[in-house]
Amino acid sequence: MPDKKITSIKDLEALQQSLRGKAEKFKARVLICMTGCRALGAESVATGFRDKLGALGLNKDIAVVETGCIGMCAIAPVVLIEPWDYLYGHVSPDDIDEIIEQTLKNGRSVDRLTVKKNKKPVAKKNDVDFYRKQKQLVLENCGRIDPRRIDDAIERGGYAAAIRALTEKTPDEVVEEVIASGLRGRGGAGFPTGVKWKFARRSPGDEKYLICNADEGDPGAFMDRALLEGDPHRVIEGMIIAAYAIGATKGFIYVRAEYPIAVEHIGIALDEARTLGLLGANIAGTSFGFDIEVRMGAGAFVCGEETALIASIEGGRGMPRPRPPFPAVKGYMGKPTNINNVETFANVPPIMRSGADAYAAIGSEKSKGTKIFALAGKVKHTGLVEVPMGTTLRRIVYDIGGGISNDKPFKAAQLGGPSGGCIPAKYLDCQIDYDSVRQIGAIMGSGGLIVMDEDTCMVDIARYFLEFVQSESCGKCTPCRVGTKKMLDILRSICAGQATMDDLATLERLAEDIKKASLCGLGQTAPNPVLSTVKNFRDEYVEHIEEKKCRAGVCKNLLGYEIFEVCTGCGACRRVCPVDAITGEKKKVHAIDQDKCIKCGQCFAVCKFEAITR
Amino acid sequence: MNRSLSDITSVDLAPLGRIIESHAPVSSNSLIPILQQIQDAYGYLPKIVLMEMGKRTGIAASQIYGVATFYEQFCFEPRGRHTIKCCRGTACHVKGGPEISEEIERAIGVEAGGTTEDMRFTFETVACLGTCFLAPVIMVDNDYYGHLTASRIEEILERYT
Repeated sequence: MPDKKITSIKDLEALQQSLRGKAEKFKARVLICMTGCRALGAESVATGFRDKLGALGLNKDIAVVETGCIGMCAIAPVVLIEPWDYLYGHVSPDDIDEIIEQTLKNGRSVDRLTVKKNKKPVAKKNDVDFYRKQKQLVLENCGRIDPRRIDDAIERGGYAAAIRALTEKTPDEVVEEVIASGLRGRGGAGFPTGVKWKFARRSPGDEKYLICNADEGDPGAFMDRALLEGDPHRVIEGMIIAAYAIGATKGFIYVRAEYPIAVEHIGIALDEARTLGLLGANIAGTSFGFDIEVRMGAGAFVCGEETALIASIEGGRGMPRPRPPFPAVKGYMGKPTNINNVETFANVPPIMRSGADAYAAIGSEKSKGTKIFALAGKVKHTGLVEVPMGTTLRRIVYDIGGGISNDKPFKAAQLGGPSGGCIPAKYLDCQIDYDSVRQIGAIMGSGGLIVMDEDTCMVDIARYFLEFVQSESCGKCTPCRVGTKKMLDILRSICAGQATMDDLATLERLAEDIKKASLCGLGQTAPNPVLSTVKNFRDEYVEHIEEKKCRAGVCKNLLGYEIFEVCTGCGACRRVCPVDAITGEKKKVHAIDQDKCIKCGQCFAVCKFEAITR
Repeated sequence: MNRSLSDITSVDLAPLGRIIESHAPVSSNSLIPILQQIQDAYGYLPKIVLMEMGKRTGIAASQIYGVATFYEQFCFEPRGRHTIKCCRGTACHVKGGPEISEEIERAIGVEAGGTTEDMRFTFETVACLGTCFLAPVIMVDNDYYGHLTASRIEEILERYT
């Protein structure tokens, strides 16, 4: 990285050219995901490549790059090799010699490490169904650059859109461009971003603030984490453009403390951007100044709500307050403040780069652009997926996700986390965008998409989410504090087989009341997982109540483990039982002592002969 | 109250001094970052340190305590040598996370949020570790253990003494 400050778009373009020239000297690049894949040993793969390429004297020709998420987490650790774009999965240090010999020296793929389709290897990344059916716009650099090097971002066009906006457009023109693009908030509610900026711009006051909400608290969501870890410069660039548009001079990124790699990468990115004069006073030689401070969340889900988040940055208990006044009028320290989510900011550079019309050509009628989903649960290809708004659920789950693990039938997809709902199989061909999803009882949410099969109990899922919001309720307003507790009591008694049909009616009534009467988004959306499961899976609720039966085999009180005559007496269940409840002689039918059994299900999981029922 | 007495004789206040200095002039805006740094330095938030912080910064002890207790991240008791974090995210939940959590409780005899008497383990559940591809997953200190079954828990925990 040069230490000279960039003072014009020409400077940036010259730097980009020289960086590209340097990059082209490498004959090949080995890209290794060093974020999520770190959990499965990516570090030793990277070290191995460096050591071996160094020993062979190939390190001048072949670059080893530690990147952010490459996307297909299911095959971690993931390695991508340019220029061929061969994608390798489950790579271990033992595979390195073969990759060097076969691929890096001879340009051929190592077929045993590639993704397979119908048992045939698919070597190139963009031929793999998982990627072929995506549209990577926001994630275009994620997995291609070293997020700790601003050079990598600039070489791929980073910061050009920000400098052009600052030097070629007025703030009002930027706002109008974003309004025209149709961009809506990616945090969940889908409010038009440009309109929100306009409110903050028009709000009187010299001192204005900009906040990036990176408090990704929804369980099962990791899109924002991947963006901050894999391409923090894109988020910073989006924030610079937003700050210019509304007239903010100071910004915050409020990020979960549970994301240490994201915190580290943003810190490095901010330092590098400052050194190049892309943050601070007189950005890129203009009269506009703006800087960003990182604040770590301290573990409170409610802080994802914008007024609670502001209270937390101000150093108080993270509790929401009634709106209006909206933060655009009265936010941080009582000053006009604009808050957007990470992915929203990351969408801004492409809008400024290609124009509102090109952006608005992607997506559905009222939801423009792309959406990133964290695809997880009972799906074959867990990972990070970016598709145009309006893509069907079937395409995401089957074409991209590869279908359900063990080829079981699809039961539901949970979208929108604790504020969202469960979409049943009959809506598999429904388009996923803000408005269509709302019509079928879920919300887009931030983008966690959890796939469920017949082994998932829908009543238990509702109880699970209610338990989560109940423990995260800040306690300020009664409907949320007391109401969710009452709902949880009822759900627990349904799961325990102790509820009546009257309780179910009370549950539905409470849900509607809490939705209407709660102070903030947490309480207003808390009943959604219950309402959507009662609506789409009512027969399961009735079964729990009237027949005391849990068809998925999840609700413990409704289960009784027994061993049948097909038992071969192999002893696997006896050995695995943590409370010694199973007895039996070798090669003879075993038995479970019901008084000792804690219904942990380990025997059921370990039995190979389907001799145990529950 | 015995704990705070022993605190007085055993807690070194020098780290607190350095933390406060780095935030000078202290306003309540920096309260949470200060508490995070105190927890990093001391491992938890000792009462005596919080009282002293109140005196030195002019922020009322009640305000400090009120803010600290609101957030899950802060703890007021010394922690075990190893921290077990069991993910209770949605993907882990549908893939058998609750059985993992119960097995940990059974194996170490402590419920989530507690510390074993021998100070070997502190056991916590977290909303989501964001590593859904490993579900069900736990972290012990900085090590991930993914695709777990309950029967592997004891063997994993034995590695940490």
